[in-house]
Amino acid sequence: MRDIAVVGFAQTPCVRETDGTTNGVEMLVPIFHEVLGGLGLTKSDIGFWCSGSSDYLAGRAFSFVSAVDAIGAFPPIMESHVEMDAAWALYEAWVKLLCGEVDTALVYGFGKSSAGQLRRVMAMQLDPYVVTPLWPDSLGLAGIQARMGIEAGLWDERQMASVAARSRAAAVSNPLAQLSGSVEVSDLLATPYVVDPLRRHDCAPITDGAATIVLAAGDRARELCERPAWITGFEHRVDSPSFGARDLLGCASAVAAGKAAGAGGVEVAELHAPFTHQEIMLRQALGLGDDVVVNPSGGVLAGNPMFAAGLARIGEAARRVHDGSASKVLGHATSGPLLQQNLVCVMEGRE
Amino acid sequence: MRPAAVVGTGQTHHAAKRLDVSMAGLCREAIDRAMADAGVDWPDIDAVVLGKAPDLFEGVMMPELFLADALGAVGKPLLRVHTAGSVGGSTGNVAASLVQSGVHDRVLAVAFEKQSESNAMWALSVPTPFTMPVHAGAGGYFAPHVRAYIRRAAAPEHVGAMVAAKDRRNGALNPYAHLKQPDITVESVRASTMLWDPIRYDETCPSSDGACAVVISAEPTSGRAAWIRATAMRTEPTTFAGRDQVNPQAGRDAARALWKQAGITDPLSEVDAAEIYVPFSWFEPMWLENLGFTDIGQGWKLTEAGETEIGGRLPVNPSGGVLSSNPIGASGLLRFAEAAMQVMGTAGEHQVDGARVALGHAYGGGSQFFAMWVVGQEKP
Amino acid sequence: MGFDYTRSLGPTLGRFLTDLRRRKVTGIRGSDGRVHVPPLEYDPVTAERLSEFVDVASTGVVRGWSWIPEPLEAQPLDRPFAWALIQLDGADTSLLHAVDAGSPDRMSTGARVRVRWRAERVGAITDIECFELSDEPSADPVEADEVTMVTTPVHLHYTHSASPTEDPFLRGLMEGRLIAQRCPECSKVYFPPRPACPTDGVPTTDRIELSDRGTVTTFCVVNVPFLGQRIPPPYVSAYVLLDGADIPFLHLLLGVAPEDVRMGMRVEAVWKPREEWGPTMQNIDHFKPSGEPDAPFDSYSQHL
Ligand SMILES: [Zn+2]
Repeated sequence: MRDIAVVGFAQTPCVRETDGTTNGVEMLVPIFHEVLGGLGLTKSDIGFWCSGSSDYLAGRAFSFVSAVDAIGAFPPIMESHVEMDAAWALYEAWVKLLCGEVDTALVYGFGKSSAGQLRRVMAMQLDPYVVTPLWPDSLGLAGIQARMGIEAGLWDERQMASVAARSRAAAVSNPLAQLSGSVEVSDLLATPYVVDPLRRHDCAPITDGAATIVLAAGDRARELCERPAWITGFEHRVDSPSFGARDLLGCASAVAAGKAAGAGGVEVAELHAPFTHQEIMLRQALGLGDDVVVNPSGGVLAGNPMFAAGLARIGEAARRVHDGSASKVLGHATSGPLLQQNLVCVMEGRE
Repeated sequence: MRPAAVVGTGQTHHAAKRLDVSMAGLCREAIDRAMADAGVDWPDIDAVVLGKAPDLFEGVMMPELFLADALGAVGKPLLRVHTAGSVGGSTGNVAASLVQSGVHDRVLAVAFEKQSESNAMWALSVPTPFTMPVHAGAGGYFAPHVRAYIRRAAAPEHVGAMVAAKDRRNGALNPYAHLKQPDITVESVRASTMLWDPIRYDETCPSSDGACAVVISAEPTSGRAAWIRATAMRTEPTTFAGRDQVNPQAGRDAARALWKQAGITDPLSEVDAAEIYVPFSWFEPMWLENLGFTDIGQGWKLTEAGETEIGGRLPVNPSGGVLSSNPIGASGLLRFAEAAMQVMGTAGEHQVDGARVALGHAYGGGSQFFAMWVVGQEKP
Repeated sequence: MGFDYTRSLGPTLGRFLTDLRRRKVTGIRGSDGRVHVPPLEYDPVTAERLSEFVDVASTGVVRGWSWIPEPLEAQPLDRPFAWALIQLDGADTSLLHAVDAGSPDRMSTGARVRVRWRAERVGAITDIECFELSDEPSADPVEADEVTMVTTPVHLHYTHSASPTEDPFLRGLMEGRLIAQRCPECSKVYFPPRPACPTDGVPTTDRIELSDRGTVTTFCVVNVPFLGQRIPPPYVSAYVLLDGADIPFLHLLLGVAPEDVRMGMRVEAVWKPREEWGPTMQNIDHFKPSGEPDAPFDSYSQHL
């Protein structure tokens, strides 16, 4: 197989609300310029384009169609779209590069969660016959999972708050973060429940944002980037949608994806964990020891642009290879309720 | 890039309302047929790709998630593609790339639409703010461009009716088709109600519930294989200053890349059957030109001469095409699967004799997304 | 954005929801012997179609829960309640539903609950109004007709804000002016303006004002009524290329019989009364023929 690497990454600031349209154009134009400019490329140098977004998040059909305006897609481009987090668009682009037809790909994701009521919108992902009609909200579902873990002795509220505190502290060095700062665990624990047993800090914020990654193959990657983040394992799996049938604390799909991608020995992991307890779960599922630096960007608890956040995790992880601060890293993305679907991308720097 | 082949195809009986099944049941009807056709079982499938048009049609956000059990995807990679009306074609191409890249050996591609869960016209016409609500669904969007084609090509008015009559008669040969109208005539089409002038009722696609599935494999799993000789996808913006909406460059570019990759220099002579996405009759001559089967302005002459009938020089939509069945998200994969069936010799009553090379074509959005493949009997 | 989706159920879900209407709960046996409630159509382990229905009780035990202090629109209860995974007696997997416990202090994992049946049942998961804390059996089954369909209302609320590029355009409309934008790279004039030039991917920053006259490039006559239509058919939906613009847009054409509309026809805007103006293209009520001679085909053939 060809060697393929992440060579470029850019993302918008994570903010509570942008004034742009839900098709993402205003968010995408500047980050396309940033990522292509940084690599000395123009749009005509890109062989394949792939994006991830959601019509239900945008509140309109075909929201990804107008997003193509941000590219300036004429002459026509080779392009595809997944109705998933853009981390899966990156996967599709990686496969396209493996086929050998093109040498470069630009992947992007965008989400303007502020347009709708995210807790209710996400109920549309559930079984439409016997679950969605009850309108279970995303926080209510996560609260069940968190309590099951607490009662099983897998974590407690203090550990959950510690995850939040560490995330915000790490985000201080991330100028694009939405939430950052120094907070005391005891202060966090003194706040009221939003959805018992979850407090505000246990839940990722509502964020508008977008992210983009450029992939390149072989020598092209070496030309474009001093230290490419070579993809050595890229895997994703899905679990049963039935909350009753699947082990909600085991996260089998993350375990399988991590094992197949070769997660062992990573130094840095960016995990897409929208709730504090899910970061603890994912650490366990991916076999990440205490020596692994988790979410040095702050993770999605510091800013969670839906449908771009998973891609941004891979970009943040790749950045540690680009800047030489790590040699083996992991980016993770999730999709679906309660970590139903999980993707792991392992990347390495080479001397 | 290693070779990959379609080794099994399956589709549902398409109908306006498949009220006897759930969404899962609809998908499985196609999947079970495709897997039986390929002679494979669930452990043989490495990954699943699901294609579907907007989530608003069924009112489920990312329905592949709740369908994971029915898709046999639990514990496996599951991708969801959405490229508007071309999505069925993109689904085939993405599934092919998973095998061609060497990532997987056998992949299941599935596409469906259950339009009876809502009303497609509604989902397409959800007013976007600050715009003028004069659209009338897809027909209202495409009719002005059809008018522009007729003017530019100086095409006689009956050509559209000829396409409709041919496709509906072909549909009558296809046991899975939604509309079966063996007795339809050019005159009866021309006598049908004018909906979006210049498009008549009988020249428009139906709204269908349906699904399609194909198994794509690196090695044959049964006696038959339709080898994928080329795939192509191209996109351009919906509208821009100076855009040619009748003969979009994205379609021309995709076709050029496709023929080149397949080693085809004269498509009209070298392609034995074509399944082309024709939701409104006039798109047959428009796409014949766009695909390079004829010169600009000449597509309608091929149709008028009867050369696109089964038995003609280039049979187009022997299955009855989108004009006979239109489960939107699945329509593109149906074109791709029907092309493979022609090459595998499994098309039954609508089989084109001796078909060795066939085209599957899909487009979507405002004629801006194109996905195509060429399949053949010979391993590349 | 609201719509009532009509869902056909198929044999498995149809049986489950029919039984709910009859105040009975039915599960299904999976390939590994587990009884799933709600019944799964396809096995999560083998993907095989499941068919062995199993009656389960309408009482069970809480396996996990969270507390919703402020219920959201359309949730089962409008007072604080618990979401819970409930394993019914006779089932091996849990069902998600609401528990009307009154206070989180009364909720616990392991708590016994029973179904509170809705008085008017239609064959839907909401026939279970909620669960309540109790160890007593629920009301007995009754007769009811089979259901094969379920209607699911979906109502979601979105705020579509005007973007910075749309803003001058919309403010112009409020004053009866048509503000277009020119792309700094290709010099094409876009009306309505776009967040980015679709061929160059750069913001179109240059503002220019256009007249309200133009040419019909192409059109169709809409004869078909459809759900959500705002104008009764028949009417002409025409692409109008404003003088000075490089792209046509769709609008309504009136003041001429549909059969007399021509490609190339010259038209002008008919504005609504000023007091009805808002930030919308609907300030132009429609276009009508201006009486000028038709534009030659070559003048608009590049805009088809
Ligand atoms: Zn431009």
